[in-house]
Amino acid sequence: MTVSSNTRSRRKNLLLDMMLFVICVLLLLPLLLLIANGFKTPQEILVWPPTILPKDPTLENFQRVFSETPLFRWIFNSLSFALLSMIAIVITSTLAGYVVAKFQFWTINVIFTLFLATAIIPFEVYMIPLYFQVKALGALNSIGGLLIGYLVMSFGIFLIRQNVIATVPDELIEAARIDGAGEFWIFWHIVVPLLKGPIAALSVLAFFQAWTTFAWPIVVLTRKTAFTIEVGLANFQSAYTVDLALLSAASAAVMVPSVLVFVLLRRSFVEGIAASGMKE
Amino acid sequence: MSSALVAAPNSNLEGKDKVSRKKRFWFAIIAILPTFAIFGWVRMFPIAETLRLSLFEWNLLSRNKPFVGLENFRELFQDDQFLDAIINTAAIAFGAMAVTIPVSMVLAAVIYHRTRSRFAGFYETAVFIPHVVSLVPAAMAWKWVFDAKLGPLNRLIVAFGGEAQPWLFDPVLSVICIILLVSWQTLGYGVLIYLVGFRNLPKSVYEAARLDGANGVQSFFFMSVPLLKPITLYVSVVTLISGFNVYAQAFILASDTQGAPGRLVRVLVLDMLENSFQNFRVGYAAAEAVILLVIVLVLTGVQFGLLRQRGRK
Repeated sequence: MTVSSNTRSRRKNLLLDMMLFVICVLLLLPLLLLIANGFKTPQEILVWPPTILPKDPTLENFQRVFSETPLFRWIFNSLSFALLSMIAIVITSTLAGYVVAKFQFWTINVIFTLFLATAIIPFEVYMIPLYFQVKALGALNSIGGLLIGYLVMSFGIFLIRQNVIATVPDELIEAARIDGAGEFWIFWHIVVPLLKGPIAALSVLAFFQAWTTFAWPIVVLTRKTAFTIEVGLANFQSAYTVDLALLSAASAAVMVPSVLVFVLLRRSFVEGIAASGMKE
Repeated sequence: MSSALVAAPNSNLEGKDKVSRKKRFWFAIIAILPTFAIFGWVRMFPIAETLRLSLFEWNLLSRNKPFVGLENFRELFQDDQFLDAIINTAAIAFGAMAVTIPVSMVLAAVIYHRTRSRFAGFYETAVFIPHVVSLVPAAMAWKWVFDAKLGPLNRLIVAFGGEAQPWLFDPVLSVICIILLVSWQTLGYGVLIYLVGFRNLPKSVYEAARLDGANGVQSFFFMSVPLLKPITLYVSVVTLISGFNVYAQAFILASDTQGAPGRLVRVLVLDMLENSFQNFRVGYAAAEAVILLVIVLVLTGVQFGLLRQRGRK
């Protein structure tokens, strides 16, 4: 390889890096500006070109948001809903995924296949009858009512099943059985520790799924104190549609923590999503 | 119930083995029963209910629920609001797919090419953040971008000597805005799946092409694009299905239901919820849900069909 072709490819790579960098910044720009707007005075928000770093940063918008809306309450609601949904999905998926992977009983397999087939059916299709089920239980406007729609995840069962097949050898389970271990002991002390990675990925996926869901909470929740953060913000934005600084502050207050959490957990998240593409 | 025990492929049927099989079977049942019960309760039952209700005329306020057969469906196809919704939704779904597929494939190719770059982690994160950000704050950011008076987009256009556009007020432009927002969100997902695809491609083929004098662009078009076809198919179907479920984006960007300025872009889920909870026509709304279901099934069927066809070749 000659020197000139080497510098040429290096220059090309530099160009590609610059291009990618610009694209990434452009993709993030609306969000960055939104956060910046949250810290701006009403005057500065109108300035053109918009500033990324406010000249005269103020916390007033945030104070107003927190005094005019039960934002903490909404965050608490979203957080408890997302955490409970995550726990429910991890438990149901891990148990069911392990059983369908390692216990060859045709009854179980038939039912599992049937359930897996429903995975492609969007939530919106059966949302209305589910609403009436929740209503019949008297669980409208509650975390419990929300949770009913998010207790199980077909993809979660599938993900755990694939990982059990790939990483838990039959011999290991057989050996534990010969040593007299009970089935539940085997599951808890042998299988679960081997599944740490996929369980982490599934947890992050399940949490974000519940955290960002919109259609279901907007149907189930009508009382302001029961809102999740998404529903609260959506209502807030239609009420204060002209107060841009206030809206931006409210969005930023919600967005920044969840983006930080995502950046911290990126590996697990990416693993989970990538696995979803490998369903074949 | 005990007849289920017969099904095992294991031929060794000593007494002790039988006992442990029985034990195993009961563990399996106890472990899986809660999940199966929940599935039946919150998924199978409401899906069946959707199908059943679509054949009934159920006004929430009245007590009787007469069976009307396919009447709801017949009425839907003469309902201008529904037809408007289905056209908008299809435009959004196919529009978002048309943007997402080529852009995410090229982006993934370049990011893959620069895997060793110091910024590789940043690229992946930056592209993916729009996909994880909650819909409502993200849509609010874009609502500002598209704002006719204060929005950066119009100001930018004017600064370059163009003419300001009523983005969220024009019937065509407002749909385009939603397409842009949806594409911006699905892009990260597409890039991620394509990156996995690129990493799994056989390196030797590319090496051979390079030795034959193919440049990067050529090997992208003549090798990556055809080799990644199954992934393209998968991402297309996922994008289409999520596009047909679009709701929050339209709710924030283009709904005047609460008196906010802007034009209402009617989408399928919005129309369905409105029929159910504002017009109290549950059977009618269920019929719309069935149509959504049929669309999804057809799309999935097409995907499997195309994959099988490929497999046969």
